[in-house]
Amino acid sequence: MALIDLTAHELKDLLQKNKISSEELTREYLNRISILDEKIRAFVTVTGELALQQAGKIDQRRAAGEALGALAGIPMALKDNMCTRGVKTTCSSQILNNFIPPYDAAVTERLLTAGAVLVGKCNMDEFAMGSSTENSGFFKTKNPYDEKAVPGGSSGGSAAAVAASEAVYTLGSDTGGSIRQPAAFCGVVGLKPTYGVVSRYGLIAYASSLDQIGPLTKDITDCALVLNEIAGPDPRDSTSAPVEKPDYTSFLSNGIKGLRIGLPKEYMGEGIAPGVASCLKQAAAKLEELGAVCEETSLPHTEYAMPAYYIIATAEASSNLARYDGVRYGLRIQGGDIIDMFKKTRGAGFGTEVKRRIMLGTYALSTGYYEAYYLKALKVRTLVKDDFDRAFTKYDCLLTPTAPTTAFRFGEKSQDPLAMYLQDVCTIPINLAGVPALSLPFGLLQGLPVGIQLIGKAFGEGTLLRVGYALEQNSALTRPRPDRLGAM
Amino acid sequence: MSVEYEVVIGLEVHTELKTKTKIFCSCPTEFGSEENTHVCPVCLGLPGVLPVLNKRVLEFAVRTGLALDCQIAGFSKFDRKNYFYPDLPKAYQISQYDLPICYHGCLEIEIGGAAKKIGITRIHMEEDAGKLVHDGATINTSAYSLGDYNRAGVPLLEIVSEPDLRSPEEARIYLEKLKAILEYIDVSDVKMEEGSLRCDANISLRPQGAKTLGTKAEIKNMNSFKALQKALEYEIERQRKILEKGGRIIQETRTWDDAQGVTASMRSKEEAHDYRYFPDPDLVPLVVDPQWVKEIKDSLPELPDTKRKRLTSEMALPDYDARIITGSKALADFFDRVVAGYNEPKTVSNWMMGELLRLLNAKGIEIDKCKVTPENFAALLQIQADGTISGTMAKTVFEEMFSTGQDPALIIREKGLVQISDEGILAGVIDKVIAANPQSVADYKAGKEKTLGSLVGQVMKETKGQANPRIVNKLLKEKLPLFPA
Repeated sequence: MALIDLTAHELKDLLQKNKISSEELTREYLNRISILDEKIRAFVTVTGELALQQAGKIDQRRAAGEALGALAGIPMALKDNMCTRGVKTTCSSQILNNFIPPYDAAVTERLLTAGAVLVGKCNMDEFAMGSSTENSGFFKTKNPYDEKAVPGGSSGGSAAAVAASEAVYTLGSDTGGSIRQPAAFCGVVGLKPTYGVVSRYGLIAYASSLDQIGPLTKDITDCALVLNEIAGPDPRDSTSAPVEKPDYTSFLSNGIKGLRIGLPKEYMGEGIAPGVASCLKQAAAKLEELGAVCEETSLPHTEYAMPAYYIIATAEASSNLARYDGVRYGLRIQGGDIIDMFKKTRGAGFGTEVKRRIMLGTYALSTGYYEAYYLKALKVRTLVKDDFDRAFTKYDCLLTPTAPTTAFRFGEKSQDPLAMYLQDVCTIPINLAGVPALSLPFGLLQGLPVGIQLIGKAFGEGTLLRVGYALEQNSALTRPRPDRLGAM
Repeated sequence: MSVEYEVVIGLEVHTELKTKTKIFCSCPTEFGSEENTHVCPVCLGLPGVLPVLNKRVLEFAVRTGLALDCQIAGFSKFDRKNYFYPDLPKAYQISQYDLPICYHGCLEIEIGGAAKKIGITRIHMEEDAGKLVHDGATINTSAYSLGDYNRAGVPLLEIVSEPDLRSPEEARIYLEKLKAILEYIDVSDVKMEEGSLRCDANISLRPQGAKTLGTKAEIKNMNSFKALQKALEYEIERQRKILEKGGRIIQETRTWDDAQGVTASMRSKEEAHDYRYFPDPDLVPLVVDPQWVKEIKDSLPELPDTKRKRLTSEMALPDYDARIITGSKALADFFDRVVAGYNEPKTVSNWMMGELLRLLNAKGIEIDKCKVTPENFAALLQIQADGTISGTMAKTVFEEMFSTGQDPALIIREKGLVQISDEGILAGVIDKVIAANPQSVADYKAGKEKTLGSLVGQVMKETKGQANPRIVNKLLKEKLPLFPA
């Protein structure tokens, strides 16, 4: 197998046994990026020089006999909404196209401390608003399985980079499905951890009460390894959970005999493509075969989750994005007076979807509408959360599709915001409830990957990894490869 | 027949807390440093950073609430107040909206000799904004403006009173009392001129006896106690004239122009911002432990009212003196320290009310800038009590101490100010004075007892003021018996 096909845990063994050097591995990846990324366009910024420096240092430390972490020397990439000191961080927005943060995000700091090698920053829907990465303020990223298909979003660059082996793993952020849906479209593993498990310090906010960072990886073991590095309390994030992290790899070999798995019927209704539904049934059958008990259940408030999400998320966004005014950093377009400067800067700097969401959110928070929209949405959020709480008194985890369809074509939904929003119908309720969910590839439909979603109770990442691992070990459907890449 | 109007005033007071660091980051709060040196990604609102509450701010808020008889909320939260202005780095201010940390308090003021309780509606925590310096008069008439974000994120308390104040004088007394309390509990520097104490007023008029409130105007930019009183007096007249002509008051925000002595409209209700408050998702709700509140309550220092009562009852100070001394924490602390070194409170108070305040007022100096240390003050009083110097000399020494800050013993030595109490030396001087003033002596002996004073004066003159007047009196009386035996 070629180096670029290996997972992080496989590479870790090779590095530790000195079979390869980090520099060698990093060059391999940079070379791959330089050949492939003209087509895939997963990266906003490639940090080749920096990556080679970091790799060289890790090789030196390893040669000096230092004990290094599991991810030391392994090339990775970050979604371009995670701050990297000295490296441009744009959120794929024109308004931040020149922003170089003077600080690292908590996840950046943790990964670099663990010896990770940063090869670049990944393209995304502007400010993480979108489900196809078509809303990037710079360019579109292609799905490595089909250049006419979107990679999903908003972490489309992060998912495509892993699928195309342009990085061994990446980090994405997930506000309503932005890790899981692109993971599903690109045939990789994506985890949105419990809200508060991974520090948001240095993650450029879209909707603060929903945003959560998580890994996109080639398999479940890598997911556990990356989570081990990025999870855990952070005093710089008040919403970071004061819970010590377990060793997530310890959940990977427990088997799933007797585990109770619920299949909420609301996630199998109208809009779910038949092929996706049948993949889900196959996955359930496989789980039963492995000793789990699967049964249908109900999360009755599911249909209200999406409208509530589009009020809460946009309300928070309208406030979070207000700071981009051209005064202190980022884009500035001069105007006649200060208000004119604000208007011109924001008018030129933000894309259509971002403007749409700022307007929606501003409206929802306005005097006279607050009670009817924002406050009501918060109440719905509680009901959605209660649904999950109830379900988890009976089930260890829940199984649903990650997205209603496989990757759609460019332009197919970009003129119809509502159709685009429906992409996240299976993932949004999870963010509202704050619980963890994992998307795992399970089969291909007409050459495009299908993702299944495992949802766990708060801090139940271990169970999700355990179930995902059992499926991965027992079904080739969990390991698709984008065979057509060579032809691109 | 003209209508009698009742004035209704409520104050919104902002006070900067003197915590070492800012409310949501660890930058220093220090005033007067070079521009943009006390800033970090958090208080500059750079993308991706998050606020973390400084627990001292919460402690100071609770302390203030307890000193103002407030209820302390067991559950409270932070909200975002959204508006665009270049001094506000995030384009929202983290504040508290519907669940403030303290509520339902009161402050007792004295007006016309009677006590009056002023309700405190609420106290909440928030962050201060930065400062802009414009090239021209306003931001929109300037070629450029410069931003200093040292102040951005400095913790503020907003203390909102009920509309219980009925005159500009009451408003001023309330603010003075509030300032004293904030000083006593050591949460703020309360300097209006440095902006660590700021005051806005809501003011309306209504016909005497009316139950409903009239339409109010909010007055801003009153930067001194005098400005507060003057602005409110102006505003009462402005509103009264409108009402008397049958006009209607427009609900608006007005700014006080101290130079012109007028208030001018800033923005009407229609132009008012919609702040779109909502709970800040970056901060978790505050759950305050009642045990912690109790600890803070137990650690509160003596407040001005309690102290005043103690000074009048235990130390027998006149109420007026006690009121002046406890009116400012610095003065009260000074008093305590002088008394600690010279335990005659009445004498200390007399000296402070007389000499110290006279000199402070004459030179326009605040007590905290006074060069006389309480220890030196006490030493001076002790020297006088010992009879080493006379009261007149003590006053001279005090003036010297006030201008140089020197030790009283040193001044006395350098100026040769030691009092002459030696009867032998004084007797000689007295004999000379008697011999030189036969007329005065004759008058005295004839029964004009007042003449003795001029003889004492002559002795003092001869000794350059150093003679102990008590002994001079005694010796003169011995030498000039009124009724010869």
